[in-house]
Amino acid sequence: MDRPKADLSYVVETLPLGPAFETGQLHDVSSGMRTFRPVIDTEKCVKCLRCFLVCPDGAIDKSGETLEIDYDYCKGCGVCRRACKPGAISMVKEAEV
Amino acid sequence: MALNAKTITNQELFYGHKACPGCGAALAIRLALKVLGERTIVVIPPNCMSTVGYIYPHMPVFVNSVIPPFAGTAAVMSGVLAGAEAQGLKDYHVVGFAGDGGTADIGLQALSGMIDRNDRAIFICYDNEAYMNTGVQKSGLTPYGMKTTNTPAGKRIHGSQSSKKRMFEIVAAHGIPYAATASVGYPEDFLAKVEKAMNTDGTSYIHVMAPCPTGWGTESDVTVDIGKEAVDCGLWYLAEYEGGEFKLNRDPKEFASAEAYLKAQSRFSALDETDFARILQERDDAWARMRRDWKK
Repeated sequence: MDRPKADLSYVVETLPLGPAFETGQLHDVSSGMRTFRPVIDTEKCVKCLRCFLVCPDGAIDKSGETLEIDYDYCKGCGVCRRACKPGAISMVKEAEV
Repeated sequence: MALNAKTITNQELFYGHKACPGCGAALAIRLALKVLGERTIVVIPPNCMSTVGYIYPHMPVFVNSVIPPFAGTAAVMSGVLAGAEAQGLKDYHVVGFAGDGGTADIGLQALSGMIDRNDRAIFICYDNEAYMNTGVQKSGLTPYGMKTTNTPAGKRIHGSQSSKKRMFEIVAAHGIPYAATASVGYPEDFLAKVEKAMNTDGTSYIHVMAPCPTGWGTESDVTVDIGKEAVDCGLWYLAEYEGGEFKLNRDPKEFASAEAYLKAQSRFSALDETDFARILQERDDAWARMRRDWKK
């Protein structure tokens, strides 16, 4: 997975102070927003990368052999499922995963 | 090389933001930053994207960025350029991402000034057709008939009574080197336009339609489809202005049903037949004008 990772271990003393500081720091995940989780069926996936292109969160990583979803930052909006022509993505209820 | 899903970088520069699921604006910024790359300085005024992009200490914008005053996006972009020049920086881009209100209402004079100075920067207006950040209020780019909190739909008046400002033409009237309209429903077209803007020597402006599930009253998964439908039904258009000439990128022979597009969104739920007729008439008038003046 080639995606930035959240650093959840921070303590208040290590946080930057002032109105300007280093950019690109992740200290929280977005997965709490998700009700349905997209699951890619790699058998059906033809790697057209349409899902990667239209994901508003950029949570689909195309660097590996198969497409991978970063479930830390996927919000489960379902844009990828609608964009998937071969129907390789299904939305599964989180409680049932 | 044409930019598409295969050729574009896997690296994310707007990652981990807290936008609503299915946010069109977040998609527009994400795609634009993929084209512009790491050596970009981003200016985002108070709007949804700065709200979801800078939640201390969580900083999901992975390039240098600054939040200017609401009215001063373009002015601060000029300032960033001056600072970069004083530092002797080479090979970088300055881009601003303002919403429709931050472009067509509050940020208009600063933008006008920047185009007048012809500073080498890219101004991207992501248009979700209202002030969404504060809970859906009408802006100058809100279309006729849209229900917002300050143009509520009642028995007699069905939402916003004014039509969208012709912002693209306002910008073009400055004689800007490059301006374009786009939609997240046509991502490849948007990517190509960002690339063109990036290589323009002078100010460039891109007006990208960015559907908002929260404000438009749609499911979160239809963002891209509805952005495409807006273009296909003729209520939005893909065009460019370059070297003093307008160009229609897409001229559909037949429009998809505008009524279906409007009815799919709860923001238009109060519209009746008279409203539909007015919207269609305005659309046809606009297209007659664009085809007459912009087509070769």
